[in-house]
Amino acid sequence: MDTFLQQIINGLTLGSVYALVALGYTMVYGIIGLINFAHGEVVMIGAMVSLSVVTALLGAGSGVPAALIILAGLIVAVLVCMTLAYGMEKIAYRPLRKAPRLAPLITAIGMSIILQNLALMIWGRNYLTFPTLIEPTTHNVLGATMTDLQMLIVALAAALMAGLVFVVQRTRLGMAMRATAQNPQVAGLMGIDINVVISAAFVIGAALAAVAGLMVMTYYGIAHYYMGFLLGLKAFTAAVLGGIGNLAGAMLGGILLGIIEALGAGYIGDVSNICGFPMLSDTLQEKCAANDDQLSLFGSNYQDVFAFFVLILVLIFRPSGLLGERVADRA
Amino acid sequence: MKAPRAKSIPPKVWVGVALLALALTLLPFVAAFAGQAWVRILNFAMLYIMLALGLNIVVGFAGLLDLGYIAFYAVGAYVYALLASPHLGIHLPFWVILPLSAGIACAFGVLLGAPTLKLRGDYLAIVTLGFGEIIRIFLNNLNAPINITNGPQGVNLIDPFRIGSFSFARPEVVLGVAFSGPQKYYYLLLLITIGVIVVNLRLQNSRLGRAWEAIREDEIAAKAMGINTRNVKLLAFAMGASFGGIAGAVFSATQQFVSPESFGLFESIIVLAMVVLGGMGNISGVILGAILLTLLPEVLRYTMEPLQNALFGRVILDAETIRLLVFGVALVAIMLFRPAGIWPSAVRKRELEVKGGAA
Amino acid sequence: MSVNPSALLTATGIGKRFGGVQALTDVSFSIARGEIYGLIGPNGAGKTSLFNVLTGIYSPDSGNFTFDGAPLDRLKPNEVAERGIARTFQNIRLFQNLSALENVMIGRHVRTHAGVFGAIFRDRQTLTEEAAIEARSYELLDYVGVANRANHLAKHLAYGDQRRLEIARALATDPKLLALDEPAAGMNATETKALKALLDDIRRDGTTILLIEHDMKLVMSICDRVLVLDYGKKIAEGSAAEVQSDPKVIAAYLGGEVTLNLRRA
Repeated sequence: MDTFLQQIINGLTLGSVYALVALGYTMVYGIIGLINFAHGEVVMIGAMVSLSVVTALLGAGSGVPAALIILAGLIVAVLVCMTLAYGMEKIAYRPLRKAPRLAPLITAIGMSIILQNLALMIWGRNYLTFPTLIEPTTHNVLGATMTDLQMLIVALAAALMAGLVFVVQRTRLGMAMRATAQNPQVAGLMGIDINVVISAAFVIGAALAAVAGLMVMTYYGIAHYYMGFLLGLKAFTAAVLGGIGNLAGAMLGGILLGIIEALGAGYIGDVSNICGFPMLSDTLQEKCAANDDQLSLFGSNYQDVFAFFVLILVLIFRPSGLLGERVADRA
Repeated sequence: MKAPRAKSIPPKVWVGVALLALALTLLPFVAAFAGQAWVRILNFAMLYIMLALGLNIVVGFAGLLDLGYIAFYAVGAYVYALLASPHLGIHLPFWVILPLSAGIACAFGVLLGAPTLKLRGDYLAIVTLGFGEIIRIFLNNLNAPINITNGPQGVNLIDPFRIGSFSFARPEVVLGVAFSGPQKYYYLLLLITIGVIVVNLRLQNSRLGRAWEAIREDEIAAKAMGINTRNVKLLAFAMGASFGGIAGAVFSATQQFVSPESFGLFESIIVLAMVVLGGMGNISGVILGAILLTLLPEVLRYTMEPLQNALFGRVILDAETIRLLVFGVALVAIMLFRPAGIWPSAVRKRELEVKGGAA
Repeated sequence: MSVNPSALLTATGIGKRFGGVQALTDVSFSIARGEIYGLIGPNGAGKTSLFNVLTGIYSPDSGNFTFDGAPLDRLKPNEVAERGIARTFQNIRLFQNLSALENVMIGRHVRTHAGVFGAIFRDRQTLTEEAAIEARSYELLDYVGVANRANHLAKHLAYGDQRRLEIARALATDPKLLALDEPAAGMNATETKALKALLDDIRRDGTTILLIEHDMKLVMSICDRVLVLDYGKKIAEGSAAEVQSDPKVIAAYLGGEVTLNLRRA
């Protein structure tokens, strides 16, 4: 039971991050039907930029409290990412709005590659470490541990998601976004500037991505120019799981995926333990005996596979996701 | 397709073909002047031509976006590696393994395609991407508790192609002319590549090729005309996968070493770029795309680095990074300015010029 | 309604609902071999929905079809075509970027067999088949009158030619029943006359025709019998003359009760 609760807590933390990134994917897809392949890279840039700012400020000495330094890093990262997303949309995606689906997808892949290599050029090939600025105090929760950082991540993510829901449901921009997602042409006829709405979707998504990037980096302690790819893919899976185009779905999908991954990684070793099976070969039986009766076919190194399997299963059996609507094809 | 078909081929074409044949025969020796490495680069270009043509069936003919195509290459390569190396102690001859590689890759293609081909374009892309990654992760991790693939270390000491005592890996003197190993492989690869090209041309101009075109143009109308779209799409997938498998087996034999590193998402994207940049659906365009995208980075490597050394005293951007950057920029630029590719098929050009947002 | 064995197509109690809209309710009719059967009704009556249910694009919620003695249960569109029902579309769905000839050749797909091996090895059987496909396609283009445009792209053809090309493509599937969805839409009087002649030829050559049309002159002059739908329900079935003077039909088209003097039947 300890492990289970622990995995849930870990999953919840990771899932909150996935949810933030998934929101970016789902907003863009909901409005213009594009899978923004480069979104994962925006997360990475957010992480890297905040790392640079934080390292610079720490290096500059002075007794500025850690919280403010992180905040500074966060703000700069958010601004950089917002500008980056705005630029990408304007230069690479807007001209292709009427092109067949294949074109913007390929462009997005191209942008992803460009961003990765820019990061490689600027920050180098090595894994960069993030200095530990938040004390890793742990709290005991029903037998499992939860660190300050985990609580902070979950709380901050929840606050941001609440904020987004407020913007989408209660502000004029939000209403414009919802209208454009339903029917861009008519929204335009009603006087909504589609370009502004679409840019807003990109920019807001990028801001959330920047925060997510910082969170991931503080949680795992490292940053790397390639970190965006896998994270982006998993977040996209989360968005699809919840129902792409659906904000609540992205949040639900993110949290769910985080928990599935954590539970999966935690238990896959036990589940695929072959030592209990009869008819093992001699060599395998020896290995089992020598290894405490634990010989797993699949270890936690298969963790990443979970997200992909979830993705494939969801798309095959329930492409509209958990909260999505069934969209029928008209002849 | 034009009609009526001309029955006789004008002599001009024969002369052109003869000249081309001569050039291709002499090419490895010309390349050898610049170094054996360039012969190897030629061989790689041909492997990529095979891959690009295989993907062209899926993306170009049938219009299905596959972002995980390299998985079939990986399957073919590993089948060969496991059946012709000391790793499992099996050493089957290449003419036995080659069809096996193709067949097993084909089976994977059907396995992937059967449940997923009904998905919409971009969803299919993501699913195939996931599939490619899953294959890579499995190849990387199936080394414990039972060592099947030898994990990240890969499989080495793979047998080269052999016919009797004639091995393709050794240098040899035939009829007074010295052939190095790579040069021998060049001719073998050339033969296989020509075979692949011919098969592609024939597929394109056939009842099956027309069915693919129909599905790409208007799937509902295609169904109404009696085309079993599911099976026809599956065939495209299976054929593409088979070519990938063949190329993979040849790759294994020429390199004599395989590891999961060579089969990542980026490789899938490179092959896709060759098809897209070259001209989707147009066999000549795809061949051109494959050649350009294989040779260009090598040319860059041999010029950019010494140039930077001369100018700045050190290498700021290594060849790999330049290659990737150019690549990414090229993808974006082509989509913005010339979405049908450098040498598009006439049909595709018309399709992509319609700015009406259909699909 | 019992199934008449000499009927080519019998529909019994077809019903279909789309979300909140009941598109078809208890529609029953039968089409005899060799006749031209019209399907008319005001806009939104459910005519194209009936076509879509017949050709397998949707499955009916209730009821069934019997075609040429066998039921058409839950068939996919390509299976329906294989059984012998070919259709055209209200909004013309040609393969726009392919030539007229290629469009018709694709129509031959369902009656030919060459597969991967035939394509790659080009054995004699395949080559013969390909030659036959091309020859037959030219024949059909000639039959409908667009042979001189064989190598033009479908999207570059004149509107009337496109409609006729779509018919040629449907005929290429060797159908027993040809289902045409508003083939005369947008045509002028001359083109319509030519279309009538074509439909007469098709009937004479043994193919049964089911025809959705709004052009009443065409319907009355060529259809043996007519089915009238309104709001998804059948409100009349009979010869063209009978249907034309049926007060229910007139009310459906003009709305409300009719108080004018009607023509004597």
